[in-house]
Amino acid sequence: MLRMGVDIGSTHTDAVIVDEKATLLYAAKTVTTKDVTSGVLSAMEKVIAQGADPTEIGAVMLGTTHGLNAIIERKRLARVAVLRIGLPASAAIEPMLDWPADLKSAVDGGVYIISGGHEYTGEPIAELDENRVRQVAKEAAAKGVRYFAVTSIFSPVNAEHERRAKEIVIEVVPDAVVTLSHEIGTLGLLERENSTILNCSIMPVIAKAIESVSDAMNNMGLERAQLYLTQNDGTVMYSAHAQKYPIFTVATGASNAIRGAYVLTGIKDAVVADMGGTTTNVGVLTKGFPRESSQEVEVGGVRTNFRMPDIISIGCAGGSIVKIVNNKVVDVGPESVGYRLTELGIAWGGEVLTATDVALALNTMRIDDTAINRELVDKKYGKYLHEAYRLVVQKVEDAIDKIKTSAEPVPVVLVGGGSLMLPKKLAGASSVYRPEAAQYANAIGAATAFVGGIVDKAYSYEHIDRNSALADAGAEAKNRAVLAGADPSTVEIVDVEEIAMPYLPGNAVRVRVKAVGKLRG
Amino acid sequence: MLKVNKQVIEDLAVGAAILGTGGGGDPYIGKLMAIQTIEKKGPIELLSPYEIPDDELIIPSAAMGTPTVLIEKIPSGLEAIKAFELLERYLNKKAFATCPAEAGGVNSTIPFVVAGAMNIPVVDADGMGRAFPELQMVSFTLHGIRATPMAMADERGNSLVFDTIDNMWTEKIARVVTIKMGGTAWIALYSCLGRQFKDSAIWGTVSKAIQIGETLRDAKARGVNLLDALLDCTSGYLIFRGKITSVERANIGGFARGEAKIEGLDEFKGKLMTIQFQNENLVAELDGNTIACVPDLICILDSETMKPITTERLRYGYRVTVVALPCSEKWRTDEGLKLVGPKYFGYDVEYRPIEKMVGGN
Repeated sequence: MLRMGVDIGSTHTDAVIVDEKATLLYAAKTVTTKDVTSGVLSAMEKVIAQGADPTEIGAVMLGTTHGLNAIIERKRLARVAVLRIGLPASAAIEPMLDWPADLKSAVDGGVYIISGGHEYTGEPIAELDENRVRQVAKEAAAKGVRYFAVTSIFSPVNAEHERRAKEIVIEVVPDAVVTLSHEIGTLGLLERENSTILNCSIMPVIAKAIESVSDAMNNMGLERAQLYLTQNDGTVMYSAHAQKYPIFTVATGASNAIRGAYVLTGIKDAVVADMGGTTTNVGVLTKGFPRESSQEVEVGGVRTNFRMPDIISIGCAGGSIVKIVNNKVVDVGPESVGYRLTELGIAWGGEVLTATDVALALNTMRIDDTAINRELVDKKYGKYLHEAYRLVVQKVEDAIDKIKTSAEPVPVVLVGGGSLMLPKKLAGASSVYRPEAAQYANAIGAATAFVGGIVDKAYSYEHIDRNSALADAGAEAKNRAVLAGADPSTVEIVDVEEIAMPYLPGNAVRVRVKAVGKLRG
Repeated sequence: MLKVNKQVIEDLAVGAAILGTGGGGDPYIGKLMAIQTIEKKGPIELLSPYEIPDDELIIPSAAMGTPTVLIEKIPSGLEAIKAFELLERYLNKKAFATCPAEAGGVNSTIPFVVAGAMNIPVVDADGMGRAFPELQMVSFTLHGIRATPMAMADERGNSLVFDTIDNMWTEKIARVVTIKMGGTAWIALYSCLGRQFKDSAIWGTVSKAIQIGETLRDAKARGVNLLDALLDCTSGYLIFRGKITSVERANIGGFARGEAKIEGLDEFKGKLMTIQFQNENLVAELDGNTIACVPDLICILDSETMKPITTERLRYGYRVTVVALPCSEKWRTDEGLKLVGPKYFGYDVEYRPIEKMVGGN
């Protein structure tokens, strides 16, 4: 069985086909289109046209940007009824209080705060006001709202009130779509609530993207292929499952690159630098998966806390423009020529000195393109080249240093089209790896991904002993992996993390468990 | 008198986080609470201590407990008001104004929630001029003002009044009740008359925090050097710039203690700074010699943005700028140092004012 991986970058959309051993068979590149979907379809067509038998393809793994684009553009978003279960607590900050006004007005389908919620110990603050939930569901449905985001206080410790509220909403509004916050985010009520609302709001746009790609798959003769969407944590989920949790697809490009670096090198623990045309993303590979961020991340101007890869992004990459002031190189980037490199770059006869021109002239990078004239660069900008190159390398080295957790040198894997220019030695690196096919790392990472499920819950080890807590979280993570499309007999736990919660008695601990498995046949 | 609107609260939160010297937690929740109050009630008056009549009652408002619970169990917004009203009833006197007990975290903005509800002003003063971890560590204690009678309330509606033999006991007992209330509780304490308040409070803390936030915002907009602007408006000193190379944390005797090592960059290249912290940054050593210590303020800032980094977020790789700001003169007395000096926190260090350490003699 073959697998296809598709990655949507800011400038290019890539598609690859790999076999079961992750060997790269075919690869194709197209320009990313404004509507995103047409670019995806043309990359898919292009890669199949290279000779693959479409009936041999068993799975298509898509890393999509549809959800993120909708949030950033404030378009194609669903109206969401926001149910917070927390009275008498939590009224001091209403839901969406600090959202950007345009995003709020696009999403707000009514905000309701209802009695209920729990303490950090798992004991109720107040009883769930079931009548009010019923009333609110009717009210929202009467306004034509059918997406419900439900968040209760300390639901990562005890999700009982969220689950019960969902039952009631479905009873009253049978076609309602309900997202529960404990399945989306972690401790931090406002950030988790925001993440849950955003999850609801992008459901229609993700459903539409899935539909378009599925239809195209049929038209292209991919009779046996199932569609999967890649997740922010470097795993995939079955498309039907992704329709329920679309928020997990909004930061997958960086994760796919990190997974791709692992697949291409076999190195499980390393720093990965993905240098494209406009930005370089530096992240960390731990135990074969992207390390996750422990801080709140802003998405579209809103604070969120669903799982995201820990990434340092710098505006210095292949297409970055070299800035020269008073005969001195002052910076490289963040402005970039993007996909117009072969039109604007000096080496191609253009007018703009870019990082790629510098690398070509210094012979640290080679590109097979007869249109390239290295001498042009040297003649015009010869005296600036070494300083500009030094600056590029230093920026990447600084980002690598910032993302590390100690001064110890670590292996560094370079991927992405721009990374060809980087030297074989980097400060802070024990060794530098530059795999072949590095420019397709993202699509390869998608094509080879496992199906995954994550649980992030809080326990008080005074109320439940540690082993039972870990077993509970482990069983739930495995179950989520199976729901996401994993073959139950192959599911295993790949990571367990315990984070003590400061200043709390009762030995309160956050437990994060990640389970992965193979695609169900 | 200043009218405090939404923008002023944003500035205050930025400045208070810097005066929080690494402690107090994220000011985000407190900031949003104050903004919601202002959106409903309109701007709130900030009065200079000069404007308080001598025989009027002042009651500071504050929160107790852990930031870890606060980010999840957001308050109803009525707890602090309930505590405030309870203390008024107990004292049988209406308060003329409220004020913060400390700068940093939720405590710099919670008085604005109370002031909005009670329709009273906030006084531009506090009890610390910075953040400290314990309830008795306020200038009011130095002036013989008692924490009790202190009122405390939770979101359910439970409330109580404490009467203790001294301020240390208030801290000990209140801490236990806070846990029972679910990890956070809301208090009204250190009530006193205008004339006592003027003697005992640290003046100008609120406006100083606002000014810091405003200065940084303005410097950013104009594209001028953020650090210079910050040092100018705080009479502070740049004591180090570098990269964090290690952060160690240990739990010694129930105190979360930590040490961060910073390797110098730019003009500090080749030098090493060590910062000892508990909840707040407490002692800074440059190549083995103490260069700044509590109660002076030691602030670790992100070198690029000049945003403060709280002690729980310190980690390898951060590029940081360390600045030291002089504390209130009240802390520089023998009694002040006994209450909040380096020895109280367990460091065998003699306090010398930062102006003398860095200022050249």
